[in-house]
Amino acid sequence: MSILHTVNKSPFEKNSLDECLTHSTDGCAILLLEDGVYAAMQGTNVESAVKDAMASKKVYALGPDIKLRGLSTDRIIDGIEVVDFAGFVDLSESNDKVQAWL
Amino acid sequence: MSKIKKFMYVNRRAPYGTVYALESLEVVLIGAAFDQDVSLAFIGDGVYQLKSDQDSSDSDQKNFSPIYQALGDYDVSKLYVEKESLEERGLTLEELMPLTYEDEDDDWAEKDSIRVVSRDEMAELMDQQDVLFNF
Repeated sequence: MSILHTVNKSPFEKNSLDECLTHSTDGCAILLLEDGVYAAMQGTNVESAVKDAMASKKVYALGPDIKLRGLSTDRIIDGIEVVDFAGFVDLSESNDKVQAWL
Repeated sequence: MSKIKKFMYVNRRAPYGTVYALESLEVVLIGAAFDQDVSLAFIGDGVYQLKSDQDSSDSDQKNFSPIYQALGDYDVSKLYVEKESLEERGLTLEELMPLTYEDEDDDWAEKDSIRVVSRDEMAELMDQQDVLFNF
């Protein structure tokens, strides 16, 4: 049963990302959106935790939220896939359920 | 006339995910009408408010970052940004919006509004204030 996990909180303000990473299983999908996209950037204090997760989980980030915040898709962690709103819908559809870490 | 007080607005939240950053700006602009000694502090996720290149063209939300450019015209010219907060987020001063004001005590020379300070210096600045507002 595959789960799409969504994280919409900054990893520096809330532990939503941390809870997601420790409560998700191999092969799942994790979508970073809204303030969650800050976790997708290179050079932050949470970069290593995200990279560790990527060894067994697929991580996505929502492009429009990256752009709104003035972040560059050139500076996201290698291997994170940027998706648009249609991609978000596809992910919701291709997984059995969604767990939203608010 | 009553004594001019030192007001500091402390910004700790990222823009867009919550309404704190925009609300802070609103209060700062209202407060600017009262001729007090105003400064803004950006710590933690608050530093993201000043990130350059914010672009709402693919989003339903409004890009309010241009409002920061107007602060100088309202004599809000001291924007303290915490160095450690930038570093924890992989950011540098060069990635923030270039914000300036015209210094009336120096023949209206254009000067940078953003001043990067250490966490210890920020604590000291907070100590020197009469009033602190947190957003």
